[in-house]
Amino acid sequence: MLRFVLTRVGLVIPTFLGIILLTFILIRLVPGDPVQVRVGERGITEERRLALLHEMGLDRPLHVQFFDYVGGVLQGDLGISIITKKPVMVEFLTLFPATLELAFFAILFAASIGLPLGVIAAVRRGSAFDHTVMGLSLTGYSMPIFWWGLLLILLFSVDLGWTPVAKRLSDDYFVDQVTGFMLIDTLLSDDPMNEGSFLDALHHLILPTVVLGTVPLAVIARMTRSAMLEVLGEDYIRTARAKGLGSIRVVAVHALRNALVPVVTVIGLQVGTLMGGAILTETVFSWPGIGKWLVESIGRRDYPALQGGVLVIAALVMTVNLAVDLLYGLLNPRIRHRR
Amino acid sequence: MTDITLPAAEPVSRPISPSREVWLSLKANKGAMAGLIVIVLLVIAAVFADIIAPYHYAQVFKECVVEVCPPAWREGSDPRFILGTDAVGRDLWSRLIHGSRYSLFIGSIVVTISLAAGILFGLLSGFFRGTIDILIMRAMDIILSVPSLLLALAIVAILGSGLLNAMIAVAITYIPHYARLARAAVLTELPKDYVTASRVAGAGTLRLMLNTVLPNCLAPLIVQATLSFSTAILDAAALGFLGYGAQAPTPEWGTMLADARSLIRSMPWVVTLPGLAILITVLAFNLLGDGLRDALDPKLKR
Repeated sequence: MLRFVLTRVGLVIPTFLGIILLTFILIRLVPGDPVQVRVGERGITEERRLALLHEMGLDRPLHVQFFDYVGGVLQGDLGISIITKKPVMVEFLTLFPATLELAFFAILFAASIGLPLGVIAAVRRGSAFDHTVMGLSLTGYSMPIFWWGLLLILLFSVDLGWTPVAKRLSDDYFVDQVTGFMLIDTLLSDDPMNEGSFLDALHHLILPTVVLGTVPLAVIARMTRSAMLEVLGEDYIRTARAKGLGSIRVVAVHALRNALVPVVTVIGLQVGTLMGGAILTETVFSWPGIGKWLVESIGRRDYPALQGGVLVIAALVMTVNLAVDLLYGLLNPRIRHRR
Repeated sequence: MTDITLPAAEPVSRPISPSREVWLSLKANKGAMAGLIVIVLLVIAAVFADIIAPYHYAQVFKECVVEVCPPAWREGSDPRFILGTDAVGRDLWSRLIHGSRYSLFIGSIVVTISLAAGILFGLLSGFFRGTIDILIMRAMDIILSVPSLLLALAIVAILGSGLLNAMIAVAITYIPHYARLARAAVLTELPKDYVTASRVAGAGTLRLMLNTVLPNCLAPLIVQATLSFSTAILDAAALGFLGYGAQAPTPEWGTMLADARSLIRSMPWVVTLPGLAILITVLAFNLLGDGLRDALDPKLKR
C-alpha cells in the first residue's frame, strides 16, 4: 500500500511543478511591458519603471526568477493583485469559502438526487422511467449552464418571485465574515438585526446550487445506472437472490455497495467540472466567489490575480484527484497491486 | 429475347461491410437518428442561411428599437418578425439561423485542431516511448489539471478576445483527451502481427504510424470527436457569454446571451431562444456521439 501511495504522490509532484512553470510562462506571454502588466501603472517615468523592474526582480536571469517564483509559491506567496494591491493569496482565501459553500451544496444536491435516480433506472432497466431519467440526464449534460441559470431566474425570480436573483444575502443584513461560509456566519451573528439572515442565506443558495449541480447530477445518474447494471449482472447478486433475500435488500446492500466505488470516484473527479461551472454560475448570480473574481480579474487585466488563481485551483483539483485515486486504491486491491 | 425472363437472382450472402454495420446499428438507435436529423437541419440552415433568413443578421429595424417588437406568441407582435427582435432591433430568427454557422464552424475547427494535435502527440508518445512519451504525457496531465473553461479563459486573456482565439483556446484544452486515446490505441495495436508484418516488409516509422496503425485506432477517436464537438460548442458559447469569445454584432449564440441578463425582465425571448438553440445543438451531437459509441464499441454489441 505504501508503495502505491508513494508512486501516486511521486507522479503528482512533476505535474505540480509543471503547473507552476505553466503559470510562470503564462504571465510572461502577456503582450506589453512587464512592469505595466504586473503593476498596472501607465505613463510612468523610465526611472520609476527601472526601479519597479528591479524591485520585482524582473531584471534578473529567467531561471533565477523561476526558482524565486517556485520558492514564493511554496510559501504561499502568489504575488500582489494589481487592482486591490493586496496579496493574491489573501484575496483568494477571502473569496474561496463562498465558492466552497456553493460547490458543497451543488454536489450534495447532485448526489442525493442522482444516486437514487441512477439506481432505480438500473433496476427498472428499459422501463419508461429508465428512458426518462436517461433522456433528462443527457439533457442536463448538454445544458449551457449560464443559460440554465438565466432561465431559472426568469421562471422563479422574475415570474414567480420565489427566489432572489443575486448575491449571497439580502442587503438588509450585515453579517461579519468570520468563517466565510454564509450559513455559519449568519448563525454566529448575535446582532438582533440579523434575525432571519440564516434562512435568507439559504434562500439565496437554492438557484445557484441547482444550476451548478445540474451537470454533476446528470453525470452521477448516468454513472450510477451503468455501475449498477454491471453489478446486478454479477454472480453474487444471483446468489443473494437465490438465497431468498428481498429485492430491496439485494439492491441496497449487495449491489449498491459495490457499485458505489466507481460512482464515488466520478463524484470526486467532478471537482474540475465544478470549478469551471462555478465561473459561469457565479457570474450569472453575482455570487462573490472565486469564479466571478477570476472573470473580473481578466476584465481588469489583473494578471497576477489570474496567475495565482489558476495555480491554486489547479493544485486543488490535483489534490482532490490524488485523494480520490488513493481512496480508490484503498477500496480496490486490483488497482493497488497493478504495476 | 425480350420475353425471356430470367429467374430472380439468388440473394448472395455477403459479409456486411464494417461501415454498413455501423450504419445499421446507428439506424436502430432512435436517439442517434433524432440527433442526426437535427444536425442535418443545422447544416442546411448554416449553408443556406442567406436564403432562409428573411433579413441580414445585422440589419436594424429602427421602429423596433423605440417600441420593442415581441415574438408572434406575444401581444403586439409584428408579423415580419416571428421570433421578435432583440434589444437593438434586429430580427432574432435571422440571427439564430446565422448563428448555426458559427456553432458548426466552431465545432469543426476546434475538433480539427485538437484531433490533429492529439493524434500527433499520441502517435509520438506511443511509438517512441521513453523521454518523449514522459514529456508529452506530463504536459497533457498539466493541461488536464486546470479546469478547461478556466484554462481557455486564461489563454484568451493572453491572446486577446475574439472568435479565433477562443477556438484556439478551447482546442488546446481538448488535446490531452485525443493524445491519451491515440497513445492507448497505439500501444494495443503495436504488438499485433499485422504491424510486425508491415515492419518486416520494410515500412518506415512514418508509414507504420499513419498508414498501418492509425486507421486501426480511429474508432475511439471518432466517438470522442463527435462528443467534443458538442463540448466545443458549449465552451465557446460560454466564452462568448463571458464576453471573451465572438464579439458583437456576431450572431454567435453564446455572445447573444452576453447582455441578456439585463433584458431578462423586459425581453425574455432574447434570453430563452439563443440558449435553446445551444441546448438543442449540443444535445443532438451528444445523442449521435452516444449512438456512435454503441455502434463502434464491439463490447456493447448484441
